[in-house]
Amino acid sequence: MNGDTTKKSIPYTVPIGPVHPALKEPVMFTFQMEGEVVKSVDFAPGNTHRGIEWMGMRRNPVQIVHLTDRICGICGIVHSLSFARAVEQITEIEVPPRADYIRTILHELERIQSHLLWAGVAAHELGFDSLLFLAWRVREQSMDLIENLTGNRVNYGIVQIGGVRRDISNDQIPLIKQGLAYYRGLLDQMKTVFLDDSTIRMRCRGHGLLSYRDAQLLCAIGPTARASGVAMDVRHDYPYCAYGDLDVHPVLPPQEFGGPHGDVYDRIIVRLLEIAQSINIIQQCLDNLPAGEILWEKKLPKLLLTLKKAQGEAIGRVEAPRGECMHYVRMDGNDAPVTWKVKASSYSNLMSWIPMLKGEQLADVPIIVASIDPCMSCTDRVSVIRDGGSPGYLTKEELTRLSIEKTRRIEKCH
Amino acid sequence: MPLDLLGTVAGAVLVGIFGIFVALFLLGVDRIVTARMQARIGPPLSQPLTDIRKLFSKENVVPANSIPWLFNMAPVVALASALTILLYIPVGGFEPVLSGGGDLILVMYLLTLPALALVAGGFSSGSPYATVGAQREMVTMIAYEFPLAVVIIAIAWKLAASGIPLPFTMMSVQANPVWGLVGPLGIIGVLILFFVLLIVTPAELSRIPFDTPEAETELAGGILVEYSGKNLALFTLTQGVKTVVMASLVVALFIPYRLSAMLPAPAILQPVLDLLFYLVLVVLVAFVAVSLIRVSMARFRINQVVSVYWMYLSLIGIAGLLLVMADHFLRVV
Repeated sequence: MNGDTTKKSIPYTVPIGPVHPALKEPVMFTFQMEGEVVKSVDFAPGNTHRGIEWMGMRRNPVQIVHLTDRICGICGIVHSLSFARAVEQITEIEVPPRADYIRTILHELERIQSHLLWAGVAAHELGFDSLLFLAWRVREQSMDLIENLTGNRVNYGIVQIGGVRRDISNDQIPLIKQGLAYYRGLLDQMKTVFLDDSTIRMRCRGHGLLSYRDAQLLCAIGPTARASGVAMDVRHDYPYCAYGDLDVHPVLPPQEFGGPHGDVYDRIIVRLLEIAQSINIIQQCLDNLPAGEILWEKKLPKLLLTLKKAQGEAIGRVEAPRGECMHYVRMDGNDAPVTWKVKASSYSNLMSWIPMLKGEQLADVPIIVASIDPCMSCTDRVSVIRDGGSPGYLTKEELTRLSIEKTRRIEKCH
Repeated sequence: MPLDLLGTVAGAVLVGIFGIFVALFLLGVDRIVTARMQARIGPPLSQPLTDIRKLFSKENVVPANSIPWLFNMAPVVALASALTILLYIPVGGFEPVLSGGGDLILVMYLLTLPALALVAGGFSSGSPYATVGAQREMVTMIAYEFPLAVVIIAIAWKLAASGIPLPFTMMSVQANPVWGLVGPLGIIGVLILFFVLLIVTPAELSRIPFDTPEAETELAGGILVEYSGKNLALFTLTQGVKTVVMASLVVALFIPYRLSAMLPAPAILQPVLDLLFYLVLVVLVAFVAVSLIRVSMARFRINQVVSVYWMYLSLIGIAGLLLVMADHFLRVV
């Protein structure tokens, strides 16, 4: 009997991933379980590295913009905007105001569709498929609008260095307004079905906790950090595009729900409220849409010549639906940039999984994992293929040595 | 005597085939109805049949670290035991094939058999997901057993108290609809018991919100994760037959009426009328207990499943039982 009890107390391992229905993109979780309770958790990303930066460093910035479209399957504008902003800072290109407003409108439409997609995924992870179908049906309106404005549902190809490639015509403005009215009418219903549902509250309230302190220590960003009460939003802290002219504040879980708890439920609230905020921002943009050019330079050869002459480095920061997205670009007077580094928003949020998952039940793993809206294909920037392709682990010392080596290499090019 | 035996065997085979077809029909109806409620079109009614046919033609993979004989036996036992229950409860408006041979207590025991076979199959698959799923299935089983017993005992007690001999047999339950035996207070009690049985049904069938043993997004199918081909087809059929069993049980306990008794019809048409009426009732029960609950709720955590059944539903069931008893004694006095 004694032998039995000691044997039972040994935690057993449950692997989840790299491919598993709980995960929308590949990442490998190893759970040490005691009964149904998670004792400790480890995860290993790096299954979807595609070498996009490597491809980019052999192309000119105008070509790279189209590569950036394809970093993420759903953020069609975040990466291209972030990259374009980095290059525009290096070359000191002034983006026309109308282009800035159009960028903002699309940026916010993207937030709406991304959050709705997430809401559907979250419902599915909870086993609530009716809500998945509802959320994704509602999402179609924003997808149709985006298609109408850019010509594509995903991979919009709308951003160009120095502006946007398509104007919003006067015929399209009523369409956008129609879409906004549609979502405004739906917001209350969405809030009811997500926030007043007792099964959702039972599963989400008090689970996947990320404290204010942990959120700051782990550098969490976006809705994940805001749900824990960290008031940060690039659109507010470091305005870009048209956000300087607009009324934008970080969305925190409101007092009526008992202030920030930092649980899954708060992350649902924040995302739903951000949809409302996006509607408001697009409305402001439409009201103040300035006239004028949409490109800094229409002639491509002239633009390419300017880009070729550019020297320097810059960081483009954008508030993606999942949090801050950052592109670092360094150019040295050649066609292609010397360095192009992408820091996707999920990269900063992944570590918050560890405190969130500890002590939770196995049943809550899918919703907690999904609650930060992870995007693995954006995040995976490295894949170790030496030593027979075994992923292995890099220690802090090794990483420091590798980064020093890389810095030297970049400096040599300069 | 041999003729009798032959008749019973023929009846058993017929009921088995009938049960499987009704099962496929119910699964199809459930999928269409669910799809319509979720604003989708959904598959054609014949989709479950197509799925099963396809599964039978697929490779039957037995994992290397499983216990093959147990792994392969579990689905057969599950389907066989589910079909056996059909012999003891009235299906399609006819008397049960083995009427007189067993009673409600036997049915209750038989109901655990498919679940136990599923658990054995899960544990023998040698996968951590299946093991977790099997543990959850056991816990779920323990959880819903008590409210189910409360319902059955409450009805049998009422029949016994009303002086009906052999209250646990299907024939007594069939012949004496419980609604007719109770007063206004009792009607409320019976309604509560009806509700409890309807909520027990999705757990018995491992459907949302009580599908924790399979939990697609957590356990990737859990208990069934290693099953494929023929074995998976047998388990899918078991699932369908269990739906028929539970729906028929609900109908037998709470709606034991026949259309032929109410509608004057030629003798030849009476079985047809009864069959149609039975199908309508079964579809209605399955719609409420399976489809409607399934589309309107998220999956419970396993500890929530236990608290729902042990605490809330047991208490509600006992309240129903007490109401029926109070009604009885008040009327006697």
